[in-house]
Amino acid sequence: MLEVNVSGVLRDAVNGAASLQVEAATIRELLRKLLERYPRLNDHMETGIAVAIDGVIYRDTWSEPIPQDAEVFLLPRLEGG
Amino acid sequence: MSGVHVSTTVNGDAVEFVCPPGETLLDVLRNRLNLIGAKEGCGTGDCGACSVTVDGRLVCSCLVLGAEVEGAKVGTVEGMAEGGELHTLQSKFIEHAALQCGICTPGFLVAAKALLDRNSDPSEEEIRYALAGNLCRCTGYDKIVRAVDAAAKQLATDATKSGKKSKRR
Amino acid sequence: MAETAPDTSFTNQDFKIIGTRPPRPDGVDKVTGRAKYGADAFAAGQLTALILRSPHAHAKILSIDTKRAEKLKGVKAVVTCEDLPDLTGGNRGMLDILENCMARGRALYDGHAVAAVAAIDAETAKKALKLIKVKYEVLPHVTDVDEAMKKKAPIIQPHIRTTGVDPKPKKASNVAARSQFGHGDIEAGFAAADVIVEESYKTEQTHQGYIEPHACLASVGPDGQGELWVTTQGHFVFRNTCAALLGMEVAKLKVTSSEIGGGFGGKTHVWMEPVALALSRKANRPVKLTMSREEVFRASGPTSSTSIDIKIGATRDGRICAASAELRYQGGAFPGIWGMLGAMTTWACYDLENCQSVAFDVLVNRPKSAAYRAPSAPMAAFAVESTIDLVAAKLGMDPVDFRILNAAKEGTRASYGPTYGPIGIGPTLEAVKNHPHMKAPLGPNQGRGMACGFWFNFGGQTCTDINVGVDGTVSLTVGTMDVGGSRASLSLIAAEELGIPYERVKCNVADTASLGHNDMTEGSRGTFSSGMATIFAARDVVKVLRNRAAAMWEIDVDDVAWEDGQAVAKGIAHSNLSPLSLADIARKSPTTGGPIAGHNETVADGAGVSFASHICDVEVDPETGATKVIRYTVVQDAGKAIHPDYVEGQFQGAAAQGIGWALNEEYIYGEDGRLQNPGFLDYRIPVCSDLPFIDTEILEIPNPGHPYGVRGVGETSIVPPLAAIGNAVSNAAGVRLNHVPMSPPRILKAINAAK
Repeated sequence: MLEVNVSGVLRDAVNGAASLQVEAATIRELLRKLLERYPRLNDHMETGIAVAIDGVIYRDTWSEPIPQDAEVFLLPRLEGG
Repeated sequence: MSGVHVSTTVNGDAVEFVCPPGETLLDVLRNRLNLIGAKEGCGTGDCGACSVTVDGRLVCSCLVLGAEVEGAKVGTVEGMAEGGELHTLQSKFIEHAALQCGICTPGFLVAAKALLDRNSDPSEEEIRYALAGNLCRCTGYDKIVRAVDAAAKQLATDATKSGKKSKRR
Repeated sequence: MAETAPDTSFTNQDFKIIGTRPPRPDGVDKVTGRAKYGADAFAAGQLTALILRSPHAHAKILSIDTKRAEKLKGVKAVVTCEDLPDLTGGNRGMLDILENCMARGRALYDGHAVAAVAAIDAETAKKALKLIKVKYEVLPHVTDVDEAMKKKAPIIQPHIRTTGVDPKPKKASNVAARSQFGHGDIEAGFAAADVIVEESYKTEQTHQGYIEPHACLASVGPDGQGELWVTTQGHFVFRNTCAALLGMEVAKLKVTSSEIGGGFGGKTHVWMEPVALALSRKANRPVKLTMSREEVFRASGPTSSTSIDIKIGATRDGRICAASAELRYQGGAFPGIWGMLGAMTTWACYDLENCQSVAFDVLVNRPKSAAYRAPSAPMAAFAVESTIDLVAAKLGMDPVDFRILNAAKEGTRASYGPTYGPIGIGPTLEAVKNHPHMKAPLGPNQGRGMACGFWFNFGGQTCTDINVGVDGTVSLTVGTMDVGGSRASLSLIAAEELGIPYERVKCNVADTASLGHNDMTEGSRGTFSSGMATIFAARDVVKVLRNRAAAMWEIDVDDVAWEDGQAVAKGIAHSNLSPLSLADIARKSPTTGGPIAGHNETVADGAGVSFASHICDVEVDPETGATKVIRYTVVQDAGKAIHPDYVEGQFQGAAAQGIGWALNEEYIYGEDGRLQNPGFLDYRIPVCSDLPFIDTEILEIPNPGHPYGVRGVGETSIVPPLAAIGNAVSNAAGVRLNHVPMSPPRILKAINAAK
């Protein structure tokens, strides 16, 4: 069971929760299960979401495996110059 | 609207064109003579990207009318290299990484050449003030100043080696 | 792809040519005037287009009459929003982009496009613009971020309800979003503090100020196929956006990126390209559309102006025990993520037990904000790093030592959430402490300041090809724009991997028809992500080369190794076989299986965060309030510098932009909501005589997420200058400026008030 920390604007979509318990082995599975539970996350999925696993931010590599003891953060997608 | 017929010299070549009386030299160079090295960054003489020389004098070609260069000698970045050989300023700009995006580079080269033509041994301050009419947003000017300084020194060395004063114009 | 799954582990190898400084491959084109930028393309029969823009900051558009313009001889097309119907299928973000390109019933800022014409020449197009009659009903406007948040402020986007607040508001507001980051117990933290400093700051809006205005040449035929030549930071993204907005098929719109004359984030968005395509479609002729400098300022993305409150508490032993920030960023007339980004970066340099940042993204009647180099971080850093100096002073500590004591390190939980891996903030601070600059003597009216900065960096979708010529030269094809020398860096990487001389590689930027999708050159990702894809594509080539060598030798491929740029036959049985170079193998390629190529498509995640610390000396003229930067040093972690000249160039250019932001640059709006200084004369960016040499020190703390340890280098160094200069001005003139830019009138006012 992963503990997923939810950051900033995304908390709105998960009913204000700061952290969630999710059973998932990859980013794809994590996002799929979160979306089933919190349909409002879909708005963020469309425009962008990122997942940080042990400090490394993944924007698009949804196949990335998540170690079960990993620190997981759900972050808004960033823009740069 | 009748056009003005203009006979002039660009980079040593005789050139004729017809343009509306209000058309800028920059538009003439770019749109009528296919010399796209001069760039329009502002159209108001503030950025220097369109720098060329008219009778040896550095100007913003966006502030000069095409009709004004009748009988004059126009110099653009396209005329700096001689045959297969780059002008020393050009090779020093590459060597010193004095360009990033490169949009301001033609203007800087023309302005730097105008400086070295009248002052073969400029100080850092003289270089900075001579180039103050040319905006660069990428480099912070550091490597540009170094490249111009290196070019001045190289030209001086070349002149000494060939045993005569620099004749390069 | 599974079989060739790339090895992304950091190898820390000894490099042969990575880290050298060869001349850039596009150098000659760029010093001879041959390089072609956005405005440098011409097509047979092309028309010239111009855009009519709103003179009002906020207005209802009652009617647009284009009949007279359409009848003018030489006018071939006139378009309004009716020619750009909403095909976005409820995607509000896309509709915002479309509406920003062409107003839809309302003008939301001074400069908002209202109509456009394409004519046989510029003169005719100018005349046609004057013949378009637009009836406006002028509405109340607001351009200041704090004013826009007030209850009585005119509402700019009636559909917007603030997100991130509970309960969800029922009424419209100019606050598009509230976002919060941080951890710990902020109240308890402040309760434990021996000293607390609270300050409020303002920063004015600045523009990226690229010297090349937006320009494109669009051509769409009645068969629905089109081409677009455009100056952009991301032609693949432009293609997808334009195709979606115009109802075109992605594969039928070929976008070619011109050389780009600076972008810094401002060329990540479409501003007018869909309009050029719509005009071309209507006229069935190629259309060239170029912005004037005034249009660039009025209608293409500046960065936010902000208003920020900072509170820092520390204990007597010099540890920060609580830190909180409230940040208000305006994003122009459309919702953005700028405040959120500011909040994420606010405390990123420090190791904090209790920290919090709350951001508000606010709408005003100004142009839609765009990313500007490490977007949103410089303003937050200005507020934080100015306050950090005040706390250090209150504690009687040296500001560098105070920062070193509190700096984030590997294992620190970042203020935006995750835990850091190996990072460079500590090392940059140590380098500053030991830098000779810190001991350089200061004259009268001179002062020294320093500050730190952070930026995330990203990777993203990337696609790269390598094709080996029959003579053994290598064509490297990438899809990320070369904004400042990346062709040189990427050629170095290909040459390093293949073991061939740099001069034998030619790097090309491909159009959208010639390569798979690549994300923008943004987020400092160009060399990071295309570099990664180049490494893997080159390793793909090596695989092919080994196979071909095996074929030439008629031995098993398992007996062929690739060492030092050549195929080597392994084992005593093959000791009679001399190694084959890449050129040897390429020459025989027609009979060993045909062309030799390598390819890689990847999502280059794993970008490492980046930190910089800057030192700056200024001299403040007490008579005029004018500030001159007399010495400047940048220390930044590059992970691994591929081509150090262009790494230094990024550091220097970013610092210069930060210096302009700190001292001169600002959007000035009148009471009428119109921009008063849309030109380089009145919006003054630093010129050559304003600046000293900018010294650089490149640190290399490898990023474990890249095979060579590369971190993005393009953005971070715009973050520290605002505060570094503020701190230096404070030390030089004895006055602290909480308002950027620190222009002469503001400094003079502060000096006089302190007397």
